[in-house]
Amino acid sequence: MIEAASPGSKQDAGQVANAMRAVYVRELAAYFLTPLAYVFIAIFLIALGAFTFEIGRFFETNQADLAPFFLFHPWLYLVFLPAIAMRLWADESKGGTLELLLSLPAPVWSIVIGKFLAAWTVAAAALLFTTPMWMSVNWLGAPDNAAIALTYAMSFLMAGGYLAVACAMSAVARNQVVAFVLSVAVGFVFTAAGLPVVASGIAGSLGPGAADALASFSLLTHFEAAQRGVLELRALFFYVAFIALWLSLNAIWVGARKGG
Amino acid sequence: MSVNALPPNAMDALQVENLSRSFGSRQAVRKVNLRVAIGETVAIMGPNGAGKSTTLRMIAGYLEPDEGDAWINGASIQSDRTRAQLSLGYLAEGAPLYLDLSAKDFLAFLARTHGLRGAEAKDAIARAAEDAAITDVLSRPIETLSKGYRRRVALAGAIVHDPPVLILDEPTDGLDPNQKIAMRSLIKRMGQAKAILISTHQLDEVEAMCSRAILIDGGEIVADSTPAELAARAPGGRLEDAFHALTRGEAEV
Repeated sequence: MIEAASPGSKQDAGQVANAMRAVYVRELAAYFLTPLAYVFIAIFLIALGAFTFEIGRFFETNQADLAPFFLFHPWLYLVFLPAIAMRLWADESKGGTLELLLSLPAPVWSIVIGKFLAAWTVAAAALLFTTPMWMSVNWLGAPDNAAIALTYAMSFLMAGGYLAVACAMSAVARNQVVAFVLSVAVGFVFTAAGLPVVASGIAGSLGPGAADALASFSLLTHFEAAQRGVLELRALFFYVAFIALWLSLNAIWVGARKGG
Repeated sequence: MSVNALPPNAMDALQVENLSRSFGSRQAVRKVNLRVAIGETVAIMGPNGAGKSTTLRMIAGYLEPDEGDAWINGASIQSDRTRAQLSLGYLAEGAPLYLDLSAKDFLAFLARTHGLRGAEAKDAIARAAEDAAITDVLSRPIETLSKGYRRRVALAGAIVHDPPVLILDEPTDGLDPNQKIAMRSLIKRMGQAKAILISTHQLDEVEAMCSRAILIDGGEIVADSTPAELAARAPGGRLEDAFHALTRGEAEV
């Protein structure tokens, strides 16, 4: 028989890590042992390529950088990442496995993080498959590789932000379609807040201070600094805090659904 | 009638004290007290909506009680939840499963969540699979298994970490007579070394497997004795008659 850990002991922390790891592996398997992750990655890469080359006019800029490529990341994340996260909690409700999951010897937040990390790994894999673009610009010219690496890192963090919103929305909704629509809607608010057209509208009616304040909550705003090759600590802090906030809401909403 | 509050007792693997829960204005469970010692298999019976599943869900930590607590192997489900749940095997109503996984992967997932890894996990899965008689279907996806096998896979999941306390919510529901006999035999065997609390509508099952029967109605315990004593309280001397006499028929939901 299993010897239970003492309260607050290192064994407790170990048990939380065990459960988190088990949930992560189970979710990752659910993505990669089914066509889900592969279909997502393929469509994401096709869409990103189409936007970069057709709308971003990658070759016509005659510059060895990835600006036209990174330009579309927020918008593609906005639509694509909810598609991989929408099943995470909505499926548990639909399949009746929420009771099984929430009766495991692990706090809700550890299960939330396990699921989120699995979805973030799929996003990371998708991003990894775009690195041939990076190799291409190195073959074509002499890009600022440090700036590109920074933008990749911030893009990954931004993807975490969109995913955290989508995970939380999946916990709110009881079916995947509703979760997807809610995720896109909430994600759009936190993207559009950084658009110049929105900023000028807000500045005109509420003043430039209000416009700046609103823009500072946008995932887009903080990514733009990275696209210029500038590492802003506040952007780093923003993404980490944004992810933590939405994962906390996720855990609260899952906890509230305990007991049906 | 409600049983008085009981002080925690180190001899009992499962102790429940004053457990209560309301849903809106409806009091689903009212001050339930019970104890189950190692070697005991106790049935919790009652009409639909009587509060059986709500009680089990609170003991398992899935549902927060409004009042009261449960101690599993000495750990409080309220204040020391993880430790309590490590000592508990819980088969929820309807036996929820991840249908996309094979039976083996499902058991491996549950073994890992309980801290079992490597050879220890492998041995635990083999033992649970043998106990639940699912060794021949271990590699098959759960979605391809019959209802009887699915129920046994769920039971194997509840026992994979060899917990001292088992809570089984209607484990034989939907099984054919042969499967029921096999499941009862397994529960009876496990009951020799574990404390088992089992919710069931099958009165013959209670007589065959359980050393004690708790009858719950309207969220309250109305009887707690051996099945034979309970049956003797009815004019016909049958458990079915006692059930009918002590409950108010179909509970309001």
